[in-house]
Formats: sequence, structure tokens, C-alpha cells
Amino acid sequence: MSGIRAWGIDVGSSTTKIVGVDTEGVLHWDVLEDSEPRAEEQVERLLQRAAEVGDAQARPLVATGYGRKLVRQADRVVTEITCHARGVYRALGHGGTLVDVGGQDSKVIGLGPDGEVLDFAMNDKCAAGTGRFLENTSRRLGVDLEHLGEVALSAGDEATLSSTCTVFAESEIVSLLAHGVAVEPILKGLHRALVERLVAMIRTVGLRPPLMLSGGVARNPAIARLLEAETGQRVIVPPHPQLMGAYGAALVALEKAGEPSGPV
Amino acid sequence: MTALDVLRVYASSRLIGPAALRVQRWGNEWRARAGSGWASDYLAPPLRVAARGKEMVARHWLEGRYANRNRKVAWVTSGAPVELLHALGFFTVYPENHGAICGAARVAVDLSCEAENAGYSRDLCSYARTDLGSLFSGRTPVGRLPKPDLLFACTNICQTVLFWYRVLAHHLRVPLVLIDTPFIYFETAPEHAVEYVRRQLEASIPSVERVAGRSLDTGRLKETGRLSREASQLWMEIMERNDGRPAPISVVDQFTLMAPVVEMRGEPATVNFYAAMLKEVDGRIAAGVSAVQHEKHRLLWDNLPIWYRLRDVAEMLGAEGAALVASTYTNAWGELADLIDPDQPFESMARTYLYPILNRGAGHKLATMRRMIEQYSIDGVLLHSDRSCKPYSIGQLDQRDRLARESSVPALLLEADHNDSRCYAEGQIANRVAAFIETLER
Repeated sequence: MSGIRAWGIDVGSSTTKIVGVDTEGVLHWDVLEDSEPRAEEQVERLLQRAAEVGDAQARPLVATGYGRKLVRQADRVVTEITCHARGVYRALGHGGTLVDVGGQDSKVIGLGPDGEVLDFAMNDKCAAGTGRFLENTSRRLGVDLEHLGEVALSAGDEATLSSTCTVFAESEIVSLLAHGVAVEPILKGLHRALVERLVAMIRTVGLRPPLMLSGGVARNPAIARLLEAETGQRVIVPPHPQLMGAYGAALVALEKAGEPSGPV
Repeated sequence: MTALDVLRVYASSRLIGPAALRVQRWGNEWRARAGSGWASDYLAPPLRVAARGKEMVARHWLEGRYANRNRKVAWVTSGAPVELLHALGFFTVYPENHGAICGAARVAVDLSCEAENAGYSRDLCSYARTDLGSLFSGRTPVGRLPKPDLLFACTNICQTVLFWYRVLAHHLRVPLVLIDTPFIYFETAPEHAVEYVRRQLEASIPSVERVAGRSLDTGRLKETGRLSREASQLWMEIMERNDGRPAPISVVDQFTLMAPVVEMRGEPATVNFYAAMLKEVDGRIAAGVSAVQHEKHRLLWDNLPIWYRLRDVAEMLGAEGAALVASTYTNAWGELADLIDPDQPFESMARTYLYPILNRGAGHKLATMRRMIEQYSIDGVLLHSDRSCKPYSIGQLDQRDRLARESSVPALLLEADHNDSRCYAEGQIANRVAAFIETLER
């Protein structure tokens, strides 16, 4: 595929994403896969695919995500904070407060009017408030991850979960099920617990409207809906929320290639 | 003790040991002069005087090994009015400093496990757990710790010491002197608080004299106070040399070079050591030597160091041109120097030991950080949220927010522990620091 000038790869804990952008920073090509244990081999394979659609080699390339340092082919490694900020700002064209919920961590980034990172907060050393929290509980409740949000929103009542710890929440779910509580209210309570955790981080950074949501969990409608309810702000989700890290990385790479990258 | 024993102790503690340490120091100094033995692309080699500091500290612990044979030994908290004990000829051991040595030597977790296995909670300070674990197991990286004849604790750093030293007193069956320092909520300590501490100090004299086996010589107490003041003033001057660009001495180096002002305060050798250090730091400034190559970002550190990752943190920051130029922790050992008045020993000890940063409110710490941000031209603040040190860490969330929002100084909270490496998540810390540095580069 001609026209691709820069590449970004986001080696996350749950999924690995690679994207290609043209000289204007427009997204032209992307692949999203579950992250494999042998990250280097997976990166090698994805770069071969990129080389097939682009030039002989996928360069310049910027890597981000937890596994970014494993991408030895990268011209530069940049953290997810910078890349998500860059990607979302380019996709939406304004600053605000970005909530990114990934597989392993969640972060809140305060973006200035020009897309600059003003402040950020990340979750502590536990999986509460992350995609992993939902993954674990969806398995326990036998609900497909894709439909988790819809099922939660269909609930009339809401069960209260006192713990946001992934391990303890699972025990709590077992206890609620044993008491005859239906799956839907439990799921709604779980989503509420996750969102409350995110709101605490938003407070740390300070809410600068508008509120934006990215990461794999942005595809879950219950998170956006409950975030709106908790903050009183409309939540804006960019197109391809899961690709924002890789997209931002490609935009950084584009700068490296000496090309303008729009408003970024 | 037989004559042979006396001879053996004398030979080990006064001849062979010190001679071996001196040879080691010469080797270190030679390597420092030749620039060999130092591999870092980002950090300046340690100060030459660091070899001397290492010898002083090693010699202190060597003396400690044999101290029970000829001196009275006191175990003391880091914020204790140690001048009183030095004037009475005590050899002092700081379990907190010993804990830091265990942390840097990466044996603190093993020792902590000894305390945990004995039933002490993992939520207890890791210095306390390291110390108790060392006591229960008899293991220490310094060879041997002398048994105390006296325990001397002051509550101006935390309330943990109160219970920690009671446990020590219970196990070791030695007298415990406790100096209670009321918390200072406002700018100045009320006079009744000063009076309360002064009276406790005076009331402790008969107890400590009884253990010391001698009477307090006021002249010697004044001289100890004078030496304490001088060493603390020199230390403050050294730290303040970092107000220029580039900073000549990293806070990471300060963390290890502060050992003498903590555990050998009131000794002439300590004053001479810091005088030599100041001279060398001035030499660095004149020669344009910076602690971090191509200094781009100047950072302030809050809270205790992460002893088992000192070099890693320095390298991680140094690689990005970020220098730790000031810290509230090292500052604490210099900022009170002017309060020491050798001619009014009890009055001034009461005042000085009431004012440590940990005995004051969170608002005072915030004000201190703001002042340091101005003085040292700080670009960002790293707040180590130390799981072990609750009094230092409480309020940091709010302090971070207020620095970022009201003072527009980027600030980052790093969750770890000063001695327990099980609380340190390598990947997450590296990720946060890298993202923080990127933020500074915008």
C-alpha cells in the first residue's frame, strides 16, 4: 500500500497493535492481535506484514506500550502517556481529560489546548480499574467480554461490591451468586466499582472538560455511560479507541521523518 | 578478659582493621583520581572524598564490633539528641542507619522475613523489621552489632520508634530513655513544648549518667554541640552549592554522604570530612563538573531514598539528563543547624529536636518544597510514597496535586519502600518516570 510514511507499534499487555499513517498523519493501515508470550517473534511477524503493505521496511517506527523496549527495530521508544495523548488529540482535535483503560493499567491524562500533557495519573500496583478486572469477572459470570457492557446496562437493580480488588471481587461475586443475586446487577455493580476507581484518578489530575475515553475498554458502552453519570460530563470516544497508542506512536514517528503531523 | 584477649581486640580494632580500611580508601581514591572503576555514560564519578566517608563509616562499624569491651553503647533513633550521649562517652549505634546499610546491601528483605516470621506485621516500618530481624537472627552485613547498654529514642521522627524501642528494651533487658517531642502544628513551637522537652532532657541525665558510669561534663556537652552545629552547617552549605547550574553533587550521592552527619554528629572528624567535601564540591563548580552529564531537568526528591535501587534510579534519570538536585530528606540534616546554640545546650537541644520536618505538619513540608523549588530552580518533583514511612508519606497526594495545580510544577508520586524491595515494581516505576520526563520535555 503506497503512501504510508510512518509506523507505530503498541505492545500492550493484552493486545498488540501496529498502524501506518500517511504524510498527513491519516491512519491507513492497522492490525490488532492478542499479545503473545513471545513478544519479539510477534513483533517480527507484524513488521513483516507491515513491510508487505508499505515500503521494503516499516520505517520510521516508534514503539510504545509495556513491551516497547522489546521492539529492537524501533527508531525510538516513547511511553503510552505521550502516545495516547498524541493520538487522541489528533483524532479529536482538542484537549481535555483523557481516560485510557488498558489491559494492565489505566491512566488519566490532562491535555492542554494544544494537546500537551499537563499531568497524568496511573493506577496503583493492582489490576483494579483495568481491563483485566473485567476480563476476570466476565469469565466468572460466563458472559462474553464483548457483551459485558450491554448486559450491565440492561440491569434494573445494581449490586454493591465493596471491593475493587480483582481477587477479592471474584470472591464477592461467588458470594452474591450464592445468595441468588442475578448476573446483570452484579455486572452493573462491577462496572460501577471500576468507574469509581477511574473517577478517583480523574480527581487527582483535575477534570478539564471534555472527557475522552480510549483503550480497549472504551468499546464497553457501560463504562462510558457510568463515567458520564459519575462526572456529569459527556464522554467522547475517538474512532478506533484501541489504536490510539499505536496511532500516537506513528505520529511521533512521522515527526521524526520530518513531516508535519497536522495540529500535533 | 585475658591479656591475650585485650591484645587481640586492640590489634583488630585499632591496628589491623583500620589499616585495612585505610588501604582500601587509598585504592578507592587512586581509582577516583585515575577515573577508573567507574562505568556510567551519564553520571559523574563519586566525589574523591567519598572514599574517606566510606572509610569513616566502615571504621565506625568496626569500632562497634568491639565497643562492648571498652565503652558504653547506646542505640539511638536518628532524631535523638545524641550530643548528650557523645558528651558522656557513649558509642552510638543507629539502627536506622544499620537498616539503610542492610537495604543497600540487599539483605533487608531476608532480615525483615525473620521479624515477620516472629509475628511482626509487614505493615510495620521496614527499618524496624530489618533491625528486629537482625536482632533475632544475629545476622548483619557489618560483622557484629554491639549490644546496647542504653536505648535512647526520640519521637520526633515517628511514633513507630516508641513501640520499636520498647520491643528492643523487652528483648535486650536494658534501660530505655524516651524523649517525647510534641507535634508542631503551626510555624513555631509553643514555649511550653520547648520547656517540656528541655525538662525531659534534664530529667534523663541521672539515668544516662548511671549507665555511663560518669558525670556529665557541661564543657564537653558544649563542645559536642559546637561540633554538631559546625558539621550540620557545612552539610547545608554543600547542599546549597546545587543552587547553581549545573548541580555539582547529586542527591543520590548525598544519600550516602550524609551518613557521618547522622551517626557521627559532634565529632571533630565529621567536621573535617564535610570541610573537605565542600572544598571538593567548590573545585567541581570551578571546573564545570556536573553530577549528571548534559543536565536538562532539575528534580526535587521527597522522602527517604530507595536504598536498594539508588544507582538504578540515578542511571534511569541520568540517561534523560535529569538530575536530582535537592531533597527534603538530606535537607533535614542541615536545615536546623542554626538552631543549635552550644552555650545553651539544653534549651537549644529542646528546640532543635522539636523542629525536624517529620514533627511538623504536611503544610510545612509543602512550604519547604515550594521554597526549595525556587532556590534550586526545580523543574519537577518526585515524591516517593514510602510504604514504610507513614509520617513522611501522609499528605503527599495532596502535596502532589497542589504543586502541579497551584505551583505549575509537574510532580509524580512513586510508590515504593525505602528498604523492602518487595514493594518496588520495576516496570511500573520505570514507565512512570519515563512518562514524567517526556512531560517535562514538552
